[in-house]
Parts: sequence; structure tokens; C-alpha cells
Amino acid sequence: MPGSKEIRTKIKSVENTRKITKAMEMVAASKMRKAQDRMRAARPYAEKIRNVAAHMSHAQPEYKHPFVVKRDETKNVGIILVTSDKGLCGGLNTNILRVVVNKMQTWESENKSIRICAIGNKGYGFMTRIKAKLSSQVTGLGDAPHMDRLIGPVKVMLDAYVNGEIDQLYIAYNHFINTMKQEPVMQQLLPLSGESLGAPSGHWDYLYEPDAKVIIDDLMVRYIESLVYQSVAENMASEQSARMVAMKAASDNAKTVIGDLKLVYNKARQAAITKEISEIVGGAAAVSG
Amino acid sequence: MASKIQIEVVSAEESIFSGEAEFIVAPGLMGELGIYPRHTPLLTNIKAGALRIKLPNENDEQLIFISGGILEIQPGLVTVLADTAIRGHDLDEAKALEAKRLAEELIKSNASEVNYAQAQAELSEALAQLQAISRLRKKIH
Repeated sequence: MPGSKEIRTKIKSVENTRKITKAMEMVAASKMRKAQDRMRAARPYAEKIRNVAAHMSHAQPEYKHPFVVKRDETKNVGIILVTSDKGLCGGLNTNILRVVVNKMQTWESENKSIRICAIGNKGYGFMTRIKAKLSSQVTGLGDAPHMDRLIGPVKVMLDAYVNGEIDQLYIAYNHFINTMKQEPVMQQLLPLSGESLGAPSGHWDYLYEPDAKVIIDDLMVRYIESLVYQSVAENMASEQSARMVAMKAASDNAKTVIGDLKLVYNKARQAAITKEISEIVGGAAAVSG
Repeated sequence: MASKIQIEVVSAEESIFSGEAEFIVAPGLMGELGIYPRHTPLLTNIKAGALRIKLPNENDEQLIFISGGILEIQPGLVTVLADTAIRGHDLDEAKALEAKRLAEELIKSNASEVNYAQAQAELSEALAQLQAISRLRKKIH
């Protein structure tokens, strides 16, 4: 029975692979639920802060925070690139990197210089490989994003914006639509457009302690940070869903491969048996004849 | 009589507390703030400290520790936008510097010239390899 041992070994190895992909699928599924909860938990804060910021920007027309002021000319652009730390999640990171690289090429051709803030290992690795100008980076965020880790890298970009080193700030991440669908998006963070803050809500104003300017400054920074946090949380939910789907596909593929291999194995076995029987029958016929 | 005030304590990572209260004490930047229902609209920074919430029909006050943030008061609603991390100008600065340093170290170890062509070549090479592998697999099966 030629080759039967090889086929058996091969079946065994594919079965082992399938066990791993199956396990990864289940791990991703449970992590995905938590990541989605986290994504939703971050929403009230961002909404609240947006309401307050919208109200204040209308109630305090005499003070314009640098984040709201639109610049006449855009010479330099900053990108906050959110990717996953680990691979094996389908085309998730490739998709977002493709969007970013396309945009970067357009900007380069317009002679704009680009600065990157990389959140997540994959984007960081890619940006170093293409030798892009990295201003700041953070990797190894784990399963739950922490504001604490994000403050520093984001502040580098915000400071660069305030100092005039960049004139626009974008954020790129995977928008979570549902478990099966994630969409790479690139949004402008700075300058903040009036529309993104929404309409004013009445003609009253707050009392401010200590004064309006200090609070507006604090609020604006936190608003941007919360947007970044939200994007990171969303990207993590996308990552887990993408991984789950990718691993499910891998498990299904392994199953088909195992099926095919078993068919080949059984055919070989049957052929060997038939051959043996025909030999015996042939031998018996020769003796009796 | 509306002797209750809705209070929401939210941070960027989660909603910490949501409910009705009779009276709230918050550690404002300019001093402690006691808030009763129908307080005039006010916006202030708060320091790290305890938020004391007197719940209706309960003698004890509920304590929530926050590491600072922003407090917004409207007549029927108090919102605490709590920070998840201990903030401070120096601390933020230190974090920013650290992030910058990490990135700069990297730039030093690399010559800095953007090369999309090379990246694309690498990418297409990887793709070709993948295709070759899958073709090989088909042959084996």
C-alpha cells in the first residue's frame, strides 16, 4: 500500500492545525464580545464631552481654541494610525494600511510632509519599513485599551499641531460595522469642524471656575483623546471579529482538506485490498487449474 | 417637589455611576463644591479626590474616588467627566516625551527616506510567495 503512511501523517498534521485554528476562533469570539462592550462603554463620555464642547464654542465666541481655527494653508499633515498588535486577523491591517499609503502618496505628490503616530505593532512595523517619519508610537496595548497609554503619543501630535508643525491631523482605524464587516476609515481630527460639534442648545451660559479658557483647553484635549480612545476600542473590536471570521474560514478549509485526504487514503486502501484479493484468486485458480 | 438631581459619572473607558441623588459634594479646583438640585449651570475642573453622593432614602453617602476631570452642572443634571488616569501638566509632558523618545530612537537606527516602491515590491513579493505556496499545496493534495 504505497504512500498510505504519508497520507496518514498529513491528515494528522492538518487535524492538529484545525484544532489550533478552532481554538483561536473560540478565543477571538469571547474576546470580541468584551471588546464590543468596551467600545460601547466609551460612547457616553465622548457624547457628553461633545455636547459640552459644542455649547461652549457657541457660548464663548470671543475665545477660539487653536483646535477649532482652520489654517489657510496645509503644509504638513499628521496621521494617527491605529492598527492591531497581532496578525492572523484577515485583511484588517492590510486594508487600513492601503488606505493610508494611498493618501500618503497623494500628499507626497503635493509636497506635504507627513508625520505618523503609530498605535499598534502592525502599523508601527510597516511605517518603519517604509521609513516614514514617526513622531510617536505605542505598541503592546493588550486586550483592553487604556487611556493612560494613549495620552503621551496623542499629546505629541496635539503639541505638534499647536506649534504649527502640522496643519491637519487625521486618524485612521477600522470602523466596526458588525461582526462580518469592518471598514477602514480615515477621518480628520484637527482642525475640528463646527459641524462635528453640533448645534448650540439655547442661549444660556455656564459659570466658569476658574475661567472659561482653562476649561475649554482641558476639554478640547480630552475630547480629542476620547475620540482616539474610541477609535482604538473600535479597532480592537474589529480585530477580534476579523480574527474570528478568518479563523473560522481556516477551520472550514482544514475540514475540506481533511475530507479530501481521507478520500485519497481510502481509495489507496481499497486498491491495495482489491489487488491482494485478485492475487489470491489468481493463485488459487492457477493451483486448481 | 423636585428634591433629586440626576448624576452621571462617566470616564472615557466606562460609565462609573448613574442615578439620582439628594446632594453631592465634589472636589472642585477652587475648593469643595456642594451641589443641591436646581443649581445654576456651572463648569469647573475637579481635582483628584472623593465624590460624595447622598442617595435618596439612605443615610450613608456613597463615595466615588476620581483622579480629576471636569464637572458640569445643569439644574437637574450633574455630569462628572472623570479622568481615567492621574493627570497633571508635568505628567502629561513626561508621557509625551517618552513617546517621542521611543520614536526618535527608531529614526536614528534607520536612514529616513520614504520609499514606497520598495514597500510595494516587498508586498508583491510576499503575495507571490503566498500564491506559490497555495499552488504547491494544491499539487500535494
